[in-house]
Amino acid sequence: MQQLTRILLLLILALVYTGCGNGEGDDQRTDTREAEPELTEFELEHGIGPVTERLDIGDLNVERARRGADIFDRRCTACHRMGRRFVGPPLGEVTEMRSPEFLINFILNPEEMTNRHPVGQELLQDYMTIMPYQNVTKEQAIEIVDFLRYYAETGEDLRD
Amino acid sequence: MAQKTTIWKITSLLLGLGLLAMIMYGCPSQTGMLDTGDAAQRVYVAPGEYDEYYAFLSGGYSGQLSVWGLPSARMFRNIPVFSQDPESGYGYSEETKPLLMTSYGFIPWDDSHHPDFSHTDGMPDGRWIFINGNNTPRVARIDLTTFETVEILELPNTGGNHASTFVTENTEYIIGATRFSIPYEKDKDVPIDSYKENFDGSLSFIAVDPESGEMSMDFQIIMPPYHYDLGRAGKGKSADWVFFTTYNTEQAHTLLEIYASEFDKDYVVAVNWKKARDYVREGRARTVPANYYHNLKDKNTSIAVSTVHDEVLLLDPEDAPDMIYFLPTPKSPHGVDIDPTGEYIVAGGKLATVIPVHSFSRMLEAIENEAFEEVINGIPVLEYEATIIGEVENPGLGPLHTEFDGDGNAYTSVYISSEIVKWSLETFEVLDRIDSYYSIGHLMITGGDTPNPDRKYMIGLTKTSRDRFLPTGPKQLHPAQLYDISGDRMELLLDFPTIGEPHYAQAIRADKIRDNVKQIYDLDENQHPHAVKRPRDARVVRDGDIVRVYMTNIRSHFTPDNIEGIRVGDEVHFHLTNIEQDWDMVHGFAIKGAHSGEVLIAPGETKTTVWRPQRPGIYPFYCTAFCSALHQEMQGYVRVSPAGSDVPLTWRTGEE
Repeated sequence: MQQLTRILLLLILALVYTGCGNGEGDDQRTDTREAEPELTEFELEHGIGPVTERLDIGDLNVERARRGADIFDRRCTACHRMGRRFVGPPLGEVTEMRSPEFLINFILNPEEMTNRHPVGQELLQDYMTIMPYQNVTKEQAIEIVDFLRYYAETGEDLRD
Repeated sequence: MAQKTTIWKITSLLLGLGLLAMIMYGCPSQTGMLDTGDAAQRVYVAPGEYDEYYAFLSGGYSGQLSVWGLPSARMFRNIPVFSQDPESGYGYSEETKPLLMTSYGFIPWDDSHHPDFSHTDGMPDGRWIFINGNNTPRVARIDLTTFETVEILELPNTGGNHASTFVTENTEYIIGATRFSIPYEKDKDVPIDSYKENFDGSLSFIAVDPESGEMSMDFQIIMPPYHYDLGRAGKGKSADWVFFTTYNTEQAHTLLEIYASEFDKDYVVAVNWKKARDYVREGRARTVPANYYHNLKDKNTSIAVSTVHDEVLLLDPEDAPDMIYFLPTPKSPHGVDIDPTGEYIVAGGKLATVIPVHSFSRMLEAIENEAFEEVINGIPVLEYEATIIGEVENPGLGPLHTEFDGDGNAYTSVYISSEIVKWSLETFEVLDRIDSYYSIGHLMITGGDTPNPDRKYMIGLTKTSRDRFLPTGPKQLHPAQLYDISGDRMELLLDFPTIGEPHYAQAIRADKIRDNVKQIYDLDENQHPHAVKRPRDARVVRDGDIVRVYMTNIRSHFTPDNIEGIRVGDEVHFHLTNIEQDWDMVHGFAIKGAHSGEVLIAPGETKTTVWRPQRPGIYPFYCTAFCSALHQEMQGYVRVSPAGSDVPLTWRTGEE
């Protein structure tokens, strides 16, 4: 009997000390950081960003390359050189290593490319800095790619 | 067994304490809710969510204007206006210093009281917000795409611009007035006790360009030497009129606390601004000498430029009939507020026992019938009984300001009894009252001064917080209270400290501003004469003792970052262009020993700071705004050599 009373009192005690919780809510903290989806084959090859399929940017267009030289001069030269490492990697041969789509995605979406793409992550380890988003349009990014393609093919820097 | 007994004793003790606590206080998580209901939920804006309203609270003697969200009362920005800002470099940078120029020189402080939005069809349009400087009389315009002060206009021949800024229906005019009458004539030297002979009042009408927002002093009206306290533009039927309150019609010049409170009535001044403008256009105004500054930030270069004016148009009511009237109003009225229909003119007689309400229609009838008590300097004084339509009884002690909810209710702040009273515009009877913490000045309802109020929130702007927050010494921040006014009863939701001493405030639905806010300055549109748009143009140029450093900033280096050949005695202008084009990527610049603030440079912007090195040595400079993982590396050095040194001027970044 004494045992039963004790059990009853313990139950009441438990109620007094737990009964005031507001039920739901307490354990409803949700982690807002969702699991990152795996990268697709396309993303691994051509980068993550607004370009999600192959672009047919055609053959090297010299006029486009000249416009790209001007944008490159204003938006990129704080950190990039053609033939050597500076704040960022050398770009003289980058078009031979990466697809136009990859470069355009990197220019237009640098933060996600650095955070999620294995190439971006590797570059961050090497250069310790994330490329700034420089608010260029997709068309301007294509022009920059043509400027780089022109340099890679001819060795001529259209900014000169 | 002994152990068991101990456990049992502890269990019993805990049970007893728990039950006792429950009986006395209820469930602990709910005790705080008993007083406030669901107030916390009603002001809660979840992380990442936006507030419903922007609120702009004047900064009073901080000279600033702070920007808040409602209902959360989170502060978004504190805009320097009549003040130097150590945070942004406003008032320190060469581009912004001209904004603080006046005919009395560089004045980096003022007392900002009453913000008002630009209006289209009577409603705030979210383009600009204006605010007055009371001390060295000025009016400022803040661009609501950048939340920056872009223009400051000085008011000539004015002693304290308090009844300002209040804006007419389509932003034709911002009004201003002399709070302290002074001799109107420029720089006039007279004995103070010749007040009645030599002192004057004045009202100012500042025109606003509808496209650019640019302000200009269109004309002034000379008035009897009373004190002009507050103002309002009419609405709807009264939109052609503006209204001011007066005190010190006694014309005292010393111990006003006693001598300006002798008369039973002072006046509300009603001015038909359209008629006044027509008179001015007809040539009835005189051109008189003045001396005042107009400071405007150039849209293309972002450099503020000062222009000095030496005359102003002055209209005398003696030469301009049927334009301006006095409405007798009890006991040193403070606020004058117009209901959403434009019919009721509510004056807050701060020493009165009632809130007097004038009728605009009855005012027009009285003018028609010439129900005049007397005429003062060409200004007819209407009979009190002819214009008054109601007197709110028992409004509390010291009614000051009134706002409206659009449902026929008025809300008046009452200073001495520290409360807000809600009353009916139909019966003029008090319907509800609620406490203020403590000693309320202005109050503000969302849209409560417009033709179409949002009956949602009300802010009480109070003068002392005393015991409301954790104490911070003999001075506490001025508080504000947020109330819900959507129901029959006013409900207190929140009590929060503010910046400076907010007098009046304004609120606007967030969508009127949010989508127009700029994220960057477009580098391609930057026409600053010392901008550097590509790193290869970065350079250092000497012209005598003046050295100009044309420098770029981007995450995370300066170009150039090593400079040699600077000499003691040089005046070094650092022209910094932030060549980032991403939202919120700001860089700062500071150099050891600079007699100035830092400058903070927004993406695409150019800012200049001047440095005069006093001693030879190596001077580090660095980015003050944490900009990237390599922010600590964003630095440089200037070598300063003795005066007359022949160290050549060189600069570089990296090994180049």
